[in-house]
Amino acid sequence: MFFNFMDELRAAGITASLKEHLVLLEALDKEVIQSRPEEFYYLSRATFVKDEGLLDRFDQVFSKVFKGIETSYGMQEEDIPLDWLKAIAEKYLSEEEMAEVKKLGSWDEIMETLKERLAEQEKRHEGGSKWIGTGGTSPYGNSGFNPEGVRIGGEGGQKKAIKVWDKREFQNLDNTKQLGTRNIKVALRRLRRFAREGSADELDINSTINGTAKKGWLDIHMRPERHNAVKLLLFLDVGGSMDPFIKLCEELFSAATTEFKNLEFFYFHNCVYEGVWKDNRRRFSERTNTWDILHKYGHDYKLIFVGDASMSPYEITHPGGSVEHFNEEAGVTWLNRMTNTYPATAWLNPVPEKQWGYSQSVKIVKELMNDRMYPLTLEGLSDAMKELTRKHGS
Amino acid sequence: MRFDGTKDYVATDDLKVAVNAAVTLRRPLLVKGEPGTGKTVLAHEIAKATGAPLIEWNVKSTTKAHQGLYEYDAVARLRDGQLGDERVHDISNYIRRGKLWEAFTSKELPVLLIDEIDKADIEFPNDLLQELDRMEFHVYETKETIKAAERPIVVITSNNEKELPDAFLRRCFFHYIKFPDRETMQEIINVHFPDIQGVLVKKAMDIFYDVREVPGLKKKPSTSELLDWLKLLLSEDMPLEVLQSQDPSKAIPPLHGALLKNEQDVMLFERLAFMAKREAR
Repeated sequence: MFFNFMDELRAAGITASLKEHLVLLEALDKEVIQSRPEEFYYLSRATFVKDEGLLDRFDQVFSKVFKGIETSYGMQEEDIPLDWLKAIAEKYLSEEEMAEVKKLGSWDEIMETLKERLAEQEKRHEGGSKWIGTGGTSPYGNSGFNPEGVRIGGEGGQKKAIKVWDKREFQNLDNTKQLGTRNIKVALRRLRRFAREGSADELDINSTINGTAKKGWLDIHMRPERHNAVKLLLFLDVGGSMDPFIKLCEELFSAATTEFKNLEFFYFHNCVYEGVWKDNRRRFSERTNTWDILHKYGHDYKLIFVGDASMSPYEITHPGGSVEHFNEEAGVTWLNRMTNTYPATAWLNPVPEKQWGYSQSVKIVKELMNDRMYPLTLEGLSDAMKELTRKHGS
Repeated sequence: MRFDGTKDYVATDDLKVAVNAAVTLRRPLLVKGEPGTGKTVLAHEIAKATGAPLIEWNVKSTTKAHQGLYEYDAVARLRDGQLGDERVHDISNYIRRGKLWEAFTSKELPVLLIDEIDKADIEFPNDLLQELDRMEFHVYETKETIKAAERPIVVITSNNEKELPDAFLRRCFFHYIKFPDRETMQEIINVHFPDIQGVLVKKAMDIFYDVREVPGLKKKPSTSELLDWLKLLLSEDMPLEVLQSQDPSKAIPPLHGALLKNEQDVMLFERLAFMAKREAR
């Protein structure tokens, strides 16, 4: 039961597993819901969808799989909804047959004829329209219509409310995430270095036992809890060619800010020069001198650049190459200064790795970084973290 | 036992189905939604509707999973040992029960609320997988296994600060409380302010939904803010004309402190008002 539903869900990227499927069946078995399609929709949604971003996709799959199922469960046979007849007719009758039907005139006649025609059709298509014979008693409820269907015949039948799942209310929540923040965080976790700093609020059992044994009375020792003591400097390229990667960078950034307490971030454009900024809206008025950063943050900080490194080569190699202002010293000088100050350095590039070869500036930056450029994917991120945690010479 | 909302809480159909599924199958219900849409209140109302006691576990960034099970108070035992207290011989005197333990052994079937699970460490949900799945855990110190006689009703809320692991999600029913449309909002207001003036509500809702539409707001006001604001308007006896004035220079709604919780948002509104004034000239 519903196996194709599950397959369709999986095909749409909703991770429906056997476990959820069994839960759904169990819920149906225990009669959690009354037999109304809306309730079935709500139940299966609560069972299969675990992320509001996937709700819209679920709605689409649901309407695709259960197209033609609607609320007339238990209705009398004479109440076969017109929409349903129309849809069925459209499905099984050829255009000429429809035209013939239309010519018949009165609504009742049309419907009668439709029913007759459909009954005939049933004999011809094996199993094609078996719902007809059973009229109102099909287990799924028997009506249904094609939402995009062409209407035939006179109007005035009962109007159906739009089905909930066809409203697609959750459309704007759908986001196709390449890297969920959870995955990023797990990758960033590699970069942890625990240290005990801060207020002593944890009982140090070993020292307490030692102290007690030595002194002969209870000698309680406390120690600070373990914290992640890694320090991070994050330099983000903004604007211009980075625009397509804003979402990705935001995710990385939000993951990093929650994961690291000692995190400082700065923005730059294309290449780092003598000034960077913290607030993108005030990038021209509130600049931080890059020298100050080099002096302020110690060598134990780890340095991460995030940028596509795609620019004109002059922006790196020549003084005055910057597109925004006149830089007295070339970008290459500044990049070298920074990598010299911070031995643990990595450059994350959101551009797919196989395109790196096409851009000269990427090659230059990669060389300047001693090959420590990684694509901004989970794997690349892991590699970069590995590189950053490696013991460095100094 | 069927949950149909209560007289203080308007539940939409999809919410009812999700709650009933979780209650019948005794699987945790994970509730997400914008802040202020009634996630935590839902657990209170389920408890009220089913007549069950509510056990609340408020998760903080420092909360560890085992704190929900039990904690062994070694310091107290050391102190008692020093003082020669008799209690020291029985380790179970120093086991402090956590909320999950409480819920598992409660005489009446309880509703257990794990509030804001996303505040805790990223591994927190994983550490609770077995406990929530089997509704049992082992106490190493006393070598006993605590098992729930009847699986409690578990409601978990999340504000999406951290994503939850798949294995955890697999075990839950999920419901996303979407921001109520005008009709539902009207019902909610009726439930909270049964004898409020219809015109006032309509006007207030117009302003409220307008405010939500303003692009660039840091924190959009939500249901709870609207209710607070209405309460304020009522208690201040705000004349209807103030709300009705179409004067664009008054772009800031009266008593906006209840709706806008962020100085940047207030500034944004002041700027809009200023621009409207200039245009009017």
